[in-house]
Amino acid sequence: MKTEYQKAWFFVLPVLVLVAFNALIPMMTVVKYSVQETFGDNLFFWQGLGWFEQILRSDRFHAALGRQFLFTFLILIIEVPLGIAIALSMPRKGFWVPVCLVLMALPMLIPWNVVGAMWNIFTLPDIGLLGYFLNHVMGINYDMTQDPLAAWITIVTMDVWHWTSLVVLLSYAGLVSIPDAYYQAAKIDGASNWAVFRYIQLPKMKTVLTIAILLRFMDSFNIYTEPFVMTGGGPGNSTTLLSIDLVKIALGQFDLGPAAAMSLIYFAITLLVSWLFYTLMTKDDQN
Amino acid sequence: MAKITLSKLRHSYYPNPKTPDDYALKEIDLDWTDGGAYALLGPSGCGKSTLLNIISGLLVPSEGRILFDGQDVTELPPDKRNIAQVFQFPVIYDTMTVYDNLAFPLRNRGRDEATVRERVTAIAEMLELSDLLNRKAAHLSPDNKQKISMGRGLVRQDVNVVMFDEPLTVIDPHLKWKLRSKLKELHQRVRATMIYVTHDQTEALTFADQVVVMQEGEVVQIGTPVELFDRPAHTFVGHFIGSPGMNILPAEVSGGVSHFAGQAIPLEGPITAAPGARTEIGIRPEFVSLGLSGLPATVTKVSDVGRHTVVECEVAGSRVNAIVTGSGPEKGAMVQLEFRRDQTRLYADGWLASEAAEGAA
Repeated sequence: MKTEYQKAWFFVLPVLVLVAFNALIPMMTVVKYSVQETFGDNLFFWQGLGWFEQILRSDRFHAALGRQFLFTFLILIIEVPLGIAIALSMPRKGFWVPVCLVLMALPMLIPWNVVGAMWNIFTLPDIGLLGYFLNHVMGINYDMTQDPLAAWITIVTMDVWHWTSLVVLLSYAGLVSIPDAYYQAAKIDGASNWAVFRYIQLPKMKTVLTIAILLRFMDSFNIYTEPFVMTGGGPGNSTTLLSIDLVKIALGQFDLGPAAAMSLIYFAITLLVSWLFYTLMTKDDQN
Repeated sequence: MAKITLSKLRHSYYPNPKTPDDYALKEIDLDWTDGGAYALLGPSGCGKSTLLNIISGLLVPSEGRILFDGQDVTELPPDKRNIAQVFQFPVIYDTMTVYDNLAFPLRNRGRDEATVRERVTAIAEMLELSDLLNRKAAHLSPDNKQKISMGRGLVRQDVNVVMFDEPLTVIDPHLKWKLRSKLKELHQRVRATMIYVTHDQTEALTFADQVVVMQEGEVVQIGTPVELFDRPAHTFVGHFIGSPGMNILPAEVSGGVSHFAGQAIPLEGPITAAPGARTEIGIRPEFVSLGLSGLPATVTKVSDVGRHTVVECEVAGSRVNAIVTGSGPEKGAMVQLEFRRDQTRLYADGWLASEAAEGAA
């Protein structure tokens, strides 16, 4: 019986080769750099876990990690409730459904670096539509190239604009899959709007919301392009998130060893948080 | 509990209905007496679910009124009408336990926990759910889920009517029978008015004291299961109820006598059909017998269904079914069909148009 399915390996093989070249081999290279010191000319000296220790003890890493968690926390706490609220208020049938869906999908179709450039120009104090309006019409002193708070507000707003749609679309998919009978039964049972949301809509959206939050966590935790294009990590280091710091170390200072160690730590944190979250969310379904 | 009156009820899903065909429900006048067990029977799309949703308040009718004990509730929303409805697919609140599911309608109405506990325990016992009360409702089997839906309907003591919208659709065949007898038993215990919507005649006839047969948005007959079987008021009822249904044969009426296939067919009683109407003879297969005299016919199919044999014959281009006990004739055989006179009825434009035999009910 067992030999019958050996053919399947041939179908899996191309994927394995592809994954090996685009993930496994580069990753192993990173592992190699993370435990050695190099001065070019492919000369390597064994370093052990020294780079890991250095990164984990460095204040600079702690600060970047703190900023990263703050950023991810902020966008999740805004995007998830906002996404659910928008999904709930979208029409379920009729002419406006496709219109809403396309409008919602638009921001997600724009390339990351374009989003960064758009918001950069949009918020420039002298020529940007929003920047000019705030500074010269409203009289608010707003300049994200000078003021860390303005920079943070800008990158968070930009991410909310770019990615809330993902939460909206996934929640909406969960909502439309609820049969009418549930709403009718709830009406007959005398349920309030809040009870309908709490006991029907939210439980039915749980699976898709778990996926949405997971995707938003991973994406925002690894965000690079938009803040890089917009603030370049500044002013000062105020918006230097983990990935931006990593690139600075690897390509700016050319400290390949510490950068490799940092990548692996970064990767481990992302993996750990995702795993914890997913396990907690799906724990109920198992028993 | 209450008596429910539907008065001149019409409903259309179009904003400006013009022809009668635009109406999903065409002029319905009906009284449901307090504590009765009713079935609403008809094929898919005949308007029975529309009627149900109007009674429950999920739909507001285009025209007409609904009265509960003489009080107009036409414009009232479902939760103000004190009704309960069980849907085709079991509706349960996934995140709650069975207990919380059953308690939900009471808690929403602000009953205190002592009352809730008492009612939920009583209903769970009636539905044989007591052992499951602390379980999450999400992972139960469909029949238990449907029992929870029923329980949520019955848990309130003041319900005016409990409605079932094809509640056994997703239940396994061997459990259908169990759940159906459970329902019947529940009706006898709680004595609430119950309306059971179905397209399955067995479900309707076993559950209900009174069956309301609907077709294309109209009520064609209301009666006990026996009445529907014995004297269908419309050829549709005759055809829809019974297995196989009533034989409906094209007939000509001249001089007060009906003719089919060139022969005079004696009827149960005098004809009341208006002249010019399209007339048909109706007789149930149970009352057609194979004899030595009568209509000559060719046997086209013989099916042994266990207790009896269904013989399908052809007479002058029309199909006539007969039910005989024991083994039937061979396929292709020439036979003669006899109709039992007191069970042979005439229909004009679909409606019953012969008077019952003297002395008959």
